[in-house]
Amino acid sequence: MTRVAVLGAGPAGLAAAEAALAAGAQVTVLDEGARPGGQFWRHRPGLTDPRMQHGVRRFEQLQSALAGAVVHSGAAVWSVELREPGERGGAVVLRAAVGPADGARREAVVVEADALVIATGAHDLALPIPGWTLPGVTTAGAAQALAKRDGVSVGRRTLVAGAGPFLLPVAQSLALVGSTVVGVHEASRIGALAGGWLPKPWQLLGKSAELAQYAGALARHRIPYRIGSGVVRVLGDERVEGAVVAQLDADWRPRPGTERVIECDAVALGHGFTPRLEAAVMLGCEVTGDRRGRFVVVDDGQRTTQPRVFAAGEVTGIGGADAALAEGAIAGYRAAGLAQDDERLHAALRVRDRMRRFARRLETAHGIRPGWTAWLDDDTIICRCEAVAKRAIVERAEVPLRAMRLATRAGLGPCQARTCGRAVEAIVAEARVSATGVTAAGQAVDGSDSAAPGGGDLGFERRPLLAPVRLGELGGADRPTCGEN
Amino acid sequence: MSGARGATAAHGSSGAHGSSGAHGSVEILVEGETVAGRAGQTIAGVLLGSGRVAWRGAQQGERGVFCGIGVCHDCLVTVNGVEGVRACQREAVHGDRVEREVRG
Amino acid sequence: MRIAVIGAGVVGAACALELAERGAEVVLVDRVGIAAETSSRCEGNLLVSDKAPGPEADLAIHSNARWRALADRLDAERTGGQPETEFEAKGGVVVAFPGGEEALRRFAAAQRGIGIRAEELDAERLLAAEPHLSPEVALAIHYPDDAQLQPSNTTQALAAAAVRHGARLVVAEVTGSRAEAGRIAAIETTAGAIEVDAVVNCAGPWAGELGRRLGAPLDIRPRRGVILVTTPMPQRVFHKVYDADYVGAVGSGDAALQTSTVVESTPGGTVLIGSSRERVGFDEHPGVDPVRAIAAKATRLFPFLEETILLRSYFGFRPYAPDHLPVIGEDPRVGGLFHATGHEGAGIGLAPATAELVAHAVLGAPTSLDPVPFLPGRPGIGVAA
Ligand SMILES: Cc1cc2nc3c(=O)[nH]c(=O)nc-3n(C[C@H](O)[C@H](O)[C@H](O)COP(=O)(O)OP(=O)(O)OC[C@H]3O[C@@H](n4cnc5c(N)ncnc54)[C@H](O)[C@@H]3O)c2cc1C
Ligand SMILES: Cc1cc2nc3c(=O)[nH]c(=O)nc-3n(C[C@H](O)[C@H](O)[C@H](O)COP(=O)(O)OP(=O)(O)OC[C@H]3O[C@@H](n4cnc5c(N)ncnc54)[C@H](O)[C@@H]3O)c2cc1C
Ligand code: FES
Repeated sequence: MTRVAVLGAGPAGLAAAEAALAAGAQVTVLDEGARPGGQFWRHRPGLTDPRMQHGVRRFEQLQSALAGAVVHSGAAVWSVELREPGERGGAVVLRAAVGPADGARREAVVVEADALVIATGAHDLALPIPGWTLPGVTTAGAAQALAKRDGVSVGRRTLVAGAGPFLLPVAQSLALVGSTVVGVHEASRIGALAGGWLPKPWQLLGKSAELAQYAGALARHRIPYRIGSGVVRVLGDERVEGAVVAQLDADWRPRPGTERVIECDAVALGHGFTPRLEAAVMLGCEVTGDRRGRFVVVDDGQRTTQPRVFAAGEVTGIGGADAALAEGAIAGYRAAGLAQDDERLHAALRVRDRMRRFARRLETAHGIRPGWTAWLDDDTIICRCEAVAKRAIVERAEVPLRAMRLATRAGLGPCQARTCGRAVEAIVAEARVSATGVTAAGQAVDGSDSAAPGGGDLGFERRPLLAPVRLGELGGADRPTCGEN
Repeated sequence: MSGARGATAAHGSSGAHGSSGAHGSVEILVEGETVAGRAGQTIAGVLLGSGRVAWRGAQQGERGVFCGIGVCHDCLVTVNGVEGVRACQREAVHGDRVEREVRG
Repeated sequence: MRIAVIGAGVVGAACALELAERGAEVVLVDRVGIAAETSSRCEGNLLVSDKAPGPEADLAIHSNARWRALADRLDAERTGGQPETEFEAKGGVVVAFPGGEEALRRFAAAQRGIGIRAEELDAERLLAAEPHLSPEVALAIHYPDDAQLQPSNTTQALAAAAVRHGARLVVAEVTGSRAEAGRIAAIETTAGAIEVDAVVNCAGPWAGELGRRLGAPLDIRPRRGVILVTTPMPQRVFHKVYDADYVGAVGSGDAALQTSTVVESTPGGTVLIGSSRERVGFDEHPGVDPVRAIAAKATRLFPFLEETILLRSYFGFRPYAPDHLPVIGEDPRVGGLFHATGHEGAGIGLAPATAELVAHAVLGAPTSLDPVPFLPGRPGIGVAA
């Protein structure tokens, strides 16, 4: 029987597990969350207002399908490796520490499988803003997660800002947990939105029902929605006391003279999402893209450039939960050995192709524009972990990325540049373009000058540990726990 | 084997399907002070629910939750003597001792 | 004299500074930039404690003394945005577990014979020096002269100092050379030809390949090493602390995975734990085995590390010659070509003395070091027939 491991139990991973089980595979699912559901399904009876949760029926279906799988929740997968065909045949080997999040002495679990589906999702991309380290500033996703999972909000008056339709459910959730939402500020302007969407994001067919519902919620809660507008500074002493918003031009450069102060005690920032690529990178799967986004390359059957490895969901492109579900199903069927033209794939293939168009429009409408760096001050902290200011990065922009990081400590802290990586790259690229002197060809700005000896690859994206693990947890029993029937 | 066939059990003492079921309350000790939260909340959720927005000393200023999903490591606390626990990821268990961390 | 120094790692940067200060017209050529490779993928241990008596120990002792003044000077001359060397003369503590005491005692006694300070610590002094060390440790020797610095920053500082003394940085790959009358007259690069009177090959683990391109192949090979980095924490490790089995691994030619534990804290609050030694070519997938092996040894040394979060690991390729000695001096086959490579796991520590030997070879500058043991003409490194 084909052994399929699924890394990540969000919509994509769950759909992959369901499909692989249906196709007769033996399935193991691992996720570091305390329970399956990923970023999308995190409702808790008693903690979550039911109006915040969509697709609960589908979730229940997926959960009952999991009855046929081995599920490791609370499983921080810190390593994935391909074992070359050898004495025991080729395989994918995953190592996890299983137990309460960041606990000490968690159980060591090793899973060995014939095929892997990477469904590690994405996290918020929040661009740095002067004052963004003040308590009370969170990502939009944090506001959403805290509302859904914990039933709390960080502040009483929250300003939501950034780009993309995700800001809408966040505003609604904040309102439902009792925070006043003083405004939703969408950086993109009418032109970009009209190119990608119709003039208002919720008017797009296909996502219309859900988005229209958010629009209704905004109206009901009297939440102002502004486009071509963004937070350019967060004010406060020990915590957020207000925010400066300004009109942004088509490149997201603040328009001088348009600044105004809005009183608030929390700011939720989300300028899009960035995929969690490290597992794919560790396995040597090809990743492509530019500074606007890098994603795992997959074929029509969601197979990566490593034959045993499939990828689905936000790691292959930001398209939302429906796209993740469809891609997950395709990946699960294919990983279990079904042919691409098997009729069981048809429905999922149709949905996926439609959702890919949706994703393209999303990027056209809301993709990050290069002018955002204009709202930074020289002393704005870019790397939150190591408190590295923009100035330090600019001053070292001329040396290779690896040397710049070591000199400034930007991206070297506990989050391993997950939060600041993209911003640091943008600042380095901008500084190199405007620099004179020693900058030369061969210093690519996408990190291709830095990570591998003698040549190019992914700079910040290369993280040899997928999740935090304690030194005492690395050893442990080295016994496969998959396929032991 | 720690995987639960046919179940989606959480592991260890966080026992999501165990004592801290969906309803009811938990009490944790934050710097020696008792703080009540709702069962199932993360430590970050309990801290925010009690009105705290920041609980870690960074190089400049205080930090609390930023990403909310375990990515940024802003929210670190010491739990029951173990350092470096992400408060936004760890479910609060009745009796947990939570202490501040300060980055030197 | 026009000199091309090829490779802007620690060795090339130190050579460029030394030569530029002595009035040469230096161009520093690197295909990626300053501190792009091994010198940003290593640790910054400046060790005398791991050297058995011999030519490399002489080089290390000399270099160790030079580093103190050099690091001070680099920090003092720092200009805007330049990082500090983070030089710390913190001393090393080498320990043996039960059964290893005799070997370590003998090793230290031999070192004392060549002037390396090595003092046995009694239990009380050891507890004061390293309170978190495992009580299992049977013997500890203190080496006050061991030091550390931040190698990438230091390389950047050396290169900047060289530039202040008139060196020019060219980011381009060296692809070949042009000779006239048996001497190198120019190097070919992806940014065009550069006319020179002398060339110094400081290409680290790629020095063999660069030598081939310049008509003088050299047997320099990569030896992969993995290092672990923990999350930042309050300081609990005060010296460079290592297990005496390190002494065995350094000189070994064995291809299989070997590890030895060196534990040190950094000014950033992280603890660095090195390292492994594997001969696997330029393979970039170290996998988990070295990580797990290093962690197991480190937690034996410092049990508190069991609960410490591992933040990341990284790896680099030590450039080594088959006889494990640096290769420094003029190539006997191609006039005007000099090598400065093969420093294996000690290139940071040995950089100042290496630069001194290069200045001696290229410009005839004085040195108190004996250059002979390091000359490229010796047998066994692919130069002599
Ligand atoms: C904070 C946040 C909140 C969001 N909320 C919503 C929302 O309310 N509504 C909405 O429509 N969209 C939301 N999104 C968008 C969401 O990402 C997608 O709609 C959808 O969840 C994508 O599904 P996925 O399966 O690709 O990834 P995800 O749902 O992100 O699932 C990925 C899973 O992989 C796991 N994982 C990753 N790495 C590892 C590892 N090394 N070890 C173990 N497990 C690992 C994660 O724990 C996670 O559960 C949110 C996104 C974020 C970041
Ligand atoms: C894991 C590990 C730990 C270590 N720990 C220590 C330690 O604690 N103390 C210590 O002293 N040493 C240590 N070392 C050893 C030390 O890192 C090396 O000896 C030293 O960095 C070598 O420096 P280098 O300048 O010779 O090489 P590199 O730093 O690799 O520089 C060589 C340069 O040459 C360039 N180059 C190559 N080919 C060409 C070409 N054709 N054209 C143009 N440019 C080219 C490359 O781009 C590169 O920048 C360690 C090494 C490793 C791997
Ligand atoms: S808030 Fe980011 S890790 Fe907890």
